[in-house]
Amino acid sequence: MLYFSKLRIIFIAIISLFFIFIASSNFLKFNNEFLNKKINLGLDLQGGSYLLLEIDNKPVVEQKLQNLTVIIRNYFKDKNIKVTNFKLINQNLFFTSDKNFRQIILDEFNSEDSKINPYYQRFKSHQLEIIEEDNFFKVYYSKQGIVNLKTSSQDQALEIVRRRIDEIGTNEPNILKRGNDRILVELPGLDDPMRIKSLLGKTANLTFRFVTNSSEDSFGAEKLLFEDGSEEAIVSKRIILSGDNLLDAQPRMNNDTNETVVTFSLDRVGAKRFGKATSTGIGKRLAIILDGKIISAPVIRDTIATGSGQISGGFTFKSATDLALLLRSGALPAPLNIIEERTVGPDLGQDSIKAGMIALIIGFVLVVLFILVKYRVFGAITNITLILNLFILIGILTLFEATLTLPGIAGIILTVGMAVDANVLIFERIKEELKDEKNNLIAFDSGYVKSKTAILDANITTLLAAIILFFMGSGPIKGFSLTLGIGIFTTLFSVYFIARLLTVLYVSKNKDKEGII
Amino acid sequence: MISFNKFYNKFNILSASLVIISLLLLIFKGLNFGIDFKGGTLIELRSTDSKIKVSSLRDNLSQMNLGDISVKNFGNESDFLIKFENNENKNAIEQIKINLDKSFGNSFNFRRVENVGPKVSDELLKSGVIAISVALALMLIYIWIRFEWQFSLGAIMALFHDVIVTLGLFSLLGLEINLSIIAAVLTIVGYSMNDTVVIFDRVRENLRKYSDIKIFELTNISINETLSRTLITSITTLLALLSIFFFGGEVLKGFSLAMIFGVIFGTYSSIYIANTVLVRLNVSQKTVLKEDKN
Repeated sequence: MLYFSKLRIIFIAIISLFFIFIASSNFLKFNNEFLNKKINLGLDLQGGSYLLLEIDNKPVVEQKLQNLTVIIRNYFKDKNIKVTNFKLINQNLFFTSDKNFRQIILDEFNSEDSKINPYYQRFKSHQLEIIEEDNFFKVYYSKQGIVNLKTSSQDQALEIVRRRIDEIGTNEPNILKRGNDRILVELPGLDDPMRIKSLLGKTANLTFRFVTNSSEDSFGAEKLLFEDGSEEAIVSKRIILSGDNLLDAQPRMNNDTNETVVTFSLDRVGAKRFGKATSTGIGKRLAIILDGKIISAPVIRDTIATGSGQISGGFTFKSATDLALLLRSGALPAPLNIIEERTVGPDLGQDSIKAGMIALIIGFVLVVLFILVKYRVFGAITNITLILNLFILIGILTLFEATLTLPGIAGIILTVGMAVDANVLIFERIKEELKDEKNNLIAFDSGYVKSKTAILDANITTLLAAIILFFMGSGPIKGFSLTLGIGIFTTLFSVYFIARLLTVLYVSKNKDKEGII
Repeated sequence: MISFNKFYNKFNILSASLVIISLLLLIFKGLNFGIDFKGGTLIELRSTDSKIKVSSLRDNLSQMNLGDISVKNFGNESDFLIKFENNENKNAIEQIKINLDKSFGNSFNFRRVENVGPKVSDELLKSGVIAISVALALMLIYIWIRFEWQFSLGAIMALFHDVIVTLGLFSLLGLEINLSIIAAVLTIVGYSMNDTVVIFDRVRENLRKYSDIKIFELTNISINETLSRTLITSITTLLALLSIFFFGGEVLKGFSLAMIFGVIFGTYSSIYIANTVLVRLNVSQKTVLKEDKN
């Protein structure tokens, strides 16, 4: 146990120096890219916002089933089968047909190469399930169908969320999928999340539809409120233009009316439709609807063939800017709800770093003094080890550019407190061995050997706790388990290599000294 | 040598009553769950105007119709913590901001805002309970592989004692249970195990060495032999934790307090619970040698 080859000593020295070097790159500036690594500060230390968004897929399912009515009707019409009485209740689509065709309809839905009901070969499942009850059919999304729908709406939503956040220009946002209907957004350095929250909270579903006088419109009509809630209007369900047709949108000052407006330009298809609608609909009111509320409903005075136009609606410059941003980045496939928010202001982050560092330094000094008083020379060895241990720990965190959180700092402090345990176990064992053994070298050797299992046991138990925390915990708590877990490895390394090396050097020079420890 | 074994019975009775009291507290008084587990909103404010008192802030906010709202000082006179439960009002945070700016003239700085929806808080509570259960199960498996069943039982009883009594104390004092407390409890589990295992390791070693010493005496010898290590490690760990408690800021207060309780209970239980289980199960040299043969 007590022999160290030259090679080993060099190895220990290189590793220690390497990590001290890496750790110091947090405080010094290196021009080398490899060395210029830094520990990332968690949101709780640098300030910022953590938002967990949940996609509300219910409207999507309903919309898809609604669209399905037309598809089913037309499909069977071509086959001279009449299906009628479509009803959408609770995400189930009901319809009826003549008795003679029942089996054909079921076969059409359940065949593996069904034209109306995609079959997922991989999952051995159709998109839709169909059940025949007394005198009607019930169609609903299968389990796999729902999963596919959720995944695709999550993909789309992620893209839109990214675009909206990029438009605002926060630095290094982190946008991740969680499960199949959630999106996690981390925005470092953001101190006012209100704007982002309101931007992400809007679906931004824009449509242009004619205002009709009655509900006799062949496409159906609905009563919608104006944005300010002041009045309502009956609007046709026929969509003239939607947000998909927009190429660009910008806030502008209209010099004639001295009003802030949002100007937009349309793609080719959109421009054509807009031109046609404005030429046939002169004198009618065209409602501009965002997320089910009418922004404004101007009267069409002229044909607009240029493919551009403007939306007015009593905007402030700020609200016009935000609307333009939403329109540019596109509509979300489904509404998003913010189900968790954690925001830390930058000054609290600063205070936390300061408090964490002060606690670390004081904790460190207290432990070092206590150990020094208790063990003298070996206390000094333990303390040198402890310092190197700390450097190696910080070095590893830096090397992997890990995220340091406030609980993470607590984990480091706790590591300082518990790291001495291994050395204490060894030294106490050596003391016992020295009672019967006069040869220092032999006593030290057996002290190291006999304390080994206890040290391993003790560290494995703490490691188990840290691993569970790492996998179950979120955000800041993960940071705690990370530093605690890595701390166990650095402690074992520094105790069995660095401290033992120093101990060996000292003991071999004081072989016969009595009361050495 | 200190005769720890003289007090085995007395401390067993004490521990049993502590566990029962804690369980009663947990059942009847319950835990004070923070927003992580109950859902709701938390806002930490700092005022630049020293004249603003917690009472005026409370009066102002209670007029806002946000349901049961709690307002108190946080750490010092100019920091405030506002808490309220989830309600229909999705823009409550924004409205509070507007209202405070209007009533107190921009003198508040929003240092921290946390909002946890009901679905998320349920999930967090579930995963917290799972984490602690998995930790206890893993420790059980580990100790079962490493030691004979009598030792495992002792270690697990010590573990349950520490977790239950720590939570009981949190219930008694009405301290808030949040995510960091779960982290603390898990660390306590690790620490308590650590402490117990070191003593058990010595007990087993001594069982092999001495065939003529009864377990009652033998545990006492083992505790004494490992005592200075037990104390030194507890002291350095407590020094680190006290430093976090006093200097680490308000956010880590609950966490470090739970850990401090845990370390004290953990040290106590490895002496007075884990070992007494061995005594009561009348562990002897045969127990250890049988296992060695297997």
